[in-house]
This record gives sequence, C-alpha cells and structure tokens, in this order.
Amino acid sequence: MSETKRRVRTRPQGKESPAGTGASQASGGSIASWAVNHMIVARQSLAGLLDTFVSSLMTWLVIGIALALPTILYLLLANVGELTSTFEGKPRISVYLADQVTVDEGEAFSRSLDRLEGVASTKFISPDDALTEFKAMSGFGDVLEALPGNPLPAVVEVVPSVEQPAELRLLVTGLSSHPEVSRVSVDLEWVERLFALLTLGERFVTALAFFLSLGVLLSIGNTIRLAIENRRSEIEVVKLVGGTDSFVRRPFLYLGFWYGFGGAVIAVVMVEASLVFLGGPVDRLVHSYHDRFVLSGLGPGTAITLMITGGLLGVLGAVVAVSRHLHAIEPR
Amino acid sequence: MIRFDEVSKRYPGGKEALSRVSFELADQEMAFLTGHSGAGKSTLMKLIILMERPSQGQVFVQGANLNRVSRRQVPHLRRNVGVVFQNHQLLFDRTVYDNVALPLIIAGYQHREIGRRVRAALSKVGLSGKEKQYPITLSGGEQQRVGIARAVVNRPPLLLADEPTGNLDPDLSREIMDLFVQFNQVGVTVMIATHDLELVNRMKRTQLILNQGRLEVASA
Repeated sequence: MSETKRRVRTRPQGKESPAGTGASQASGGSIASWAVNHMIVARQSLAGLLDTFVSSLMTWLVIGIALALPTILYLLLANVGELTSTFEGKPRISVYLADQVTVDEGEAFSRSLDRLEGVASTKFISPDDALTEFKAMSGFGDVLEALPGNPLPAVVEVVPSVEQPAELRLLVTGLSSHPEVSRVSVDLEWVERLFALLTLGERFVTALAFFLSLGVLLSIGNTIRLAIENRRSEIEVVKLVGGTDSFVRRPFLYLGFWYGFGGAVIAVVMVEASLVFLGGPVDRLVHSYHDRFVLSGLGPGTAITLMITGGLLGVLGAVVAVSRHLHAIEPR
Repeated sequence: MIRFDEVSKRYPGGKEALSRVSFELADQEMAFLTGHSGAGKSTLMKLIILMERPSQGQVFVQGANLNRVSRRQVPHLRRNVGVVFQNHQLLFDRTVYDNVALPLIIAGYQHREIGRRVRAALSKVGLSGKEKQYPITLSGGEQQRVGIARAVVNRPPLLLADEPTGNLDPDLSREIMDLFVQFNQVGVTVMIATHDLELVNRMKRTQLILNQGRLEVASA
C-alpha cells in the first residue's frame, strides 16, 4: 500500500477535464482498456439478451415487423419500376397504315420514317404478322378464325429518340400528315399515369417507413426504460464508486443497438421469406404476359443498410430513454 | 484532507440536518464520527462524497472546494474516496471478484492489473479463495469485508465508513475495526461513523460528536 500517498496527487482540480473519459485517468487507464471495456459491455449486453431469449425475441419480432413492412413495400415498388422500365422505358408510337397500302409499300414507308429526325428505330409489322402475334398473345385465336378476313391493319412501330412531350407531339403531328397513315397512337398516357402512381406509392412508403421507424424508436426506448428501472440499484452503486455518466449509459446504448440490430436481422428474414412466398404467383403472372422477369430481392447492400438502420434506431431509442431516466437515479 | 467551514444542510421540508459544522481532519488521521441516529452522521458523510450539497458553508476535500465541483466532475472525485456502507451496497447478481473489480473497471484499469489488485484487496480482508462466490452465499461479516475490499481496491487516500459494524457481533466488529486501523497505518485517512461508543472509547482516536446537527466536541 506504499502507493497510497503518491496517489494523493491525482485529486480532482477545478479544471480537470471531466468529459466521460474515465478511462484516461492517470492510473493505468488507456485507449486500449477503454476499447476493451466497450467490447466487454457489448458482449455482456448481448449475452444478457440471449439469457432471456423468449422475451428478447418478442421485442425483436415487434421491431422486425415494423422494419419489414416498409421494406417489402419498397421492394415491390422497385420491382414494378424495373418492370415498366424493361417494358416501356420509352413511349412507343404505333403508326397504323391505311388499308390500301401494300406490304412492300409499307416496308418502304417504314424505312423512310427511319431516317426522320426524332426517330430512333422503326419496325414494320404486316397484317399477317400482327394476326399471328395477336392470336398467340390474346387467346382469342378461335374468334379470329370465325372472321371472314384479317381485320388487322399493317403497323409501323416507331421508337422515338425524343422524350419531351412537346417534341413527341410534334413528331406525332408530322407522322399523321403522311397519306399512307390512317391513325397514330402514342402509348404515353398510361405510362405517365403509372409513373405518377409509382411516385405516389414511394411517398406513401416513405411516410409509412417514417412512422414505423418512430414506432421502433419508441418501443426500444420503452424497453430500455424498463431495463434502467430493473438495474436501478446497480446504477446507484456504479455512480457511488465513481462511474461517469457515459460509463453508466454505455450498457444501455449497447442494449438498444442489439435490440435494433436483432430486429433488423429478423426483418431481413421476413422480407426474404415474403419474396419466396410471392415468387410463385408473380412468376405465373409475368409468364402470362410473355415476359421474363425475376422478382429481385433485398440484395446484400440493402440488407446491410437495413441492419445498420436498425442498429442506429436502437441506439437512438436508447439515447432518448437514457437521457430522460438516467439522471433521475442518484445514490441515496 | 477534509475541512468543513460553517457547513449547514437543510433538507426540503425545513429540517436542519447539520448546522454550522466546522472541523478539519488532517492527512493520515483516523477519526470517529458519533452521535445518535438522526444526529446528522450520514448527512455529513454524504457531503464529502457529493451525494448531497451543503445549503451553506464550504466543504474541502484534498484541498478542492466541493462547491466548485460540477456535476460531471463528481465521479472523478468519488474515485479518490473509498466508501463502506452499513448495508454493503453490493451487487448480488455478480461474483465477489466482479464486485471488488467494479471501481477499477470504472477507472479504466487494464485487465491484468485489475486481477492483481482485486486478489490483493481480497487477501487483505481475509477473503482469498472466495472470488467466484456470490455475495448471497457469504455471511454478514464476509459481505462487509467484500464492501471494504471494494472501497480500498482503488487505493484511495480517504476511506469513509458509515456504521461498518452496525449488524455485527463484538468479535467481528473488532476484526473489522482492526482492518481500518491497518489501512490507517499505511497512510489512508479514515473516518468512521458509528454509534458503538464502547468501541470508540477503546480506540482512543479523534472523535467528532454530532448532536442534533451540531458538532459538539472534537477531541483527540
């Protein structure tokens, strides 16, 4: 105990830096032992959660559901967006030719349109080709058999190189003026409507994600508040023997992190399971449109983002709870 | 080491626990704080470790004016004061080792150093080999020793004890007191609050006698 007297000089001075640097005391503390303490606390709080696995799982499930719901909706929206971009990324103009135009004339006309300004490519579809395609796709083949002749006109499909509505309208007017043309139709409106719907959906999902995140924050905050209450006597003792606020706070922040992170892991599992569940019907639906489309899942990037978000929400919820309740506990 | 300068403490509700208390305790001294229950012993000790703040007057510990110590500095100040409580204040869900190691972990000592010091402190209070036990499996006297080991493991220059022998029989009380004397002999300033006057008279040390909040006699 000969060191006792020498330790006297480490008395607190008015100016001594207080900030939660308990570890940086002259007495053998270091960044390394501070980091070790962090690791120990992180491990202990996780072990504590696993000790009471069932009740921890309940909390994780609540958080998991709250995180999974907006994530699934977001993924579905992203998939629909991708589907429309492969389908109809650019509007297509269908130029219906007059009945008296022959196949040769139609092909020549198609090639002449190809050179037009504002046109990326053209494709001539003869009435026979159109009939074959229509029979295959619509399922009304039998009805068409009953008709006396081929009712379908020849079509030139024009993919425009311009995208602005005004320029498109100009192109459409130009195409209509040709004598070979009977009618021009632009599949523009439904694309615009779909995009408007998608934007609306995105806003909705964002709002939903915001409110559910708030829910996660509050439920973690409440769980942490209970944990603080359960460990009141421990907190008092720690404060009594010189524990700084940050030392007292640390286990609860890690607890919050593990709640959020664990909830996010459950959310990832839930999302992937839902996608598998939806995969079959989506496949059949897409197949009926003669299209190949694979429902894209979370992917490692989004999954990691979700877990980080969960962890951050947990820490944030813990910070809220701790700042509200920890000050009130002082040794008596 | 400790200096009280006209210190009064009035709790909300009007009761004056301490009124104009002044005294000084020199470095490496050992003193007893006596008086009936409710005389203000606990309040006086709480002022030294900043569990309470004085209503009037000034408290100096190791030369630092406690009135100027901010809330954030309180933990650092407490690390220089070992405190032993009548009700032990042990953590019953942790082993003896973990209880004693707590002040060192808080102060950021390294793992190996913690082990060395905890074993030294436990051997000092005669609890070698009980490191892995839980406090609940120990007797009252042994629990008190764990509390003492925790108070001294950080080698603080000042040791406070509030009724450390309160629930113990005379033999155990004497053993505990001997421990405090030993710490004092190696240079620790010791202040013990007790109402065991027989014990105090036998020890022949400085006495601070509190009577209804007033410090009546300070004799050596």
